[in-house]
Amino acid sequence: MKAKEFNIKWGMVIDLDKCTGCGACMTACQVENNIAPMVDASNKLRTLSWMLVYELSNKKSGAEAEVAYLPRPCMQCGNPACVPVCPVIATDKNEEGGIVSQIYPRCIGCRYCMAACPYHARYFNWEDPIFPKGMEKALSPNTSARPRGVVEKCNFCHTRLMKAKDKARQDGGNPEALADGAYMPACAEICPTGAISFGDVKNKEHKVFELAQGKDAYRLLEKLGLNPQVYYVSKREWVRKLGDNYAATGKPGAAKKHS
Amino acid sequence: MEEKKQCKGCGGALPFVIGFVAAVIAGWVLFPNLLYSKKVQPIRFSHKIHQEQGMECSGCHAFRDDGSYAGLPNNDKCMECHSDVVGSDPAEKLYVEEYAKKGKEVPWLIYQYQPDNVIFSHKAHESFECKSCHLELEKSDTPPVYYENRLSGYSKQTMKMWQCERCHAENGVSNACHVCHK
Repeated sequence: MKAKEFNIKWGMVIDLDKCTGCGACMTACQVENNIAPMVDASNKLRTLSWMLVYELSNKKSGAEAEVAYLPRPCMQCGNPACVPVCPVIATDKNEEGGIVSQIYPRCIGCRYCMAACPYHARYFNWEDPIFPKGMEKALSPNTSARPRGVVEKCNFCHTRLMKAKDKARQDGGNPEALADGAYMPACAEICPTGAISFGDVKNKEHKVFELAQGKDAYRLLEKLGLNPQVYYVSKREWVRKLGDNYAATGKPGAAKKHS
Repeated sequence: MEEKKQCKGCGGALPFVIGFVAAVIAGWVLFPNLLYSKKVQPIRFSHKIHQEQGMECSGCHAFRDDGSYAGLPNNDKCMECHSDVVGSDPAEKLYVEEYAKKGKEVPWLIYQYQPDNVIFSHKAHESFECKSCHLELEKSDTPPVYYENRLSGYSKQTMKMWQCERCHAENGVSNACHVCHK
């Protein structure tokens, strides 16, 4: 299947060598997107984390041991696996910019999309969200509430894109050609080390245009051909190899299959 | 054994007509009346009088600097003129005494109130006339009755999804989900 092409391609470039694994992106995401604190957050099968930081290890001991942290938003794949399996078109990739949408009231909770997504970027609401008393006053108007029984995922803080467009219109600019930095998801905005860059990877005036094409840039599981819009950068070879699960693809991140 | 009932008119057109009329009345008059409760605005706000004072629409319904729309004005705006009773209208007196002086915002009923998962940009629709989506309030002396759907809680007069989609389609604008939903 051919990937859908758009004139604008909102993409994220995450420098894993800069990421300290602090988790600020996860927190900013939960606040921005009204994700209720879990009653038992230790149950990782039921937690909702649109942005999730994984710990990578080179599996060596002593002085050679190294770790890296990998923040994982929704990859907004060019050829998403989750979209064709949805029986009710609650998720689609049809908007300029290439962000994969998710419409909660339409979702019937069948979770085919979760099974299809190789990045585990989708989450199911096992419970109705319950916000501690007082916290409901601090909810963000940017994201609508999701009830129990629907699937949700990262949407690159899409409301921020809409707001950036409005700001551009107000200032007499072109809402279809936003300046670099005019639209930033919460995770990219808050990252204290600047590991997360965001912009239009097709626009030469945006910083991510070059970052995504750097020699150390790679994408997760490229062999699957889903064409993600999230890029990772690491100078460390073992980190890049993990990104493609050590599969040989001929791409910079890959090498011969590990024995 | 029961006696078999004889019914001469049963096969005729009359019972059908009676049933049909009853169904039409039930479906078009009784049910909508049951479904929607009628509400009136807390203050009989007259757009007409305010317009006659030479006020511009944007004087109260304005965009903010970031392009977002302020919608209805709050007490600060109203009290620029109505911090005290300036006219003879009882509605104004009610506003000043019940809301302005008590520092309470007026709980206006919004005819176009949309569900939580809808995002709408007034800025993107600036070239349209207000009345192409909103009730024509600018010349009204008394605000129209607000019909609230007893089941959903939404206004009867609000914009429906098919209306948004049709206008987008006719104008060649994207109907992608995230254009209107969040």
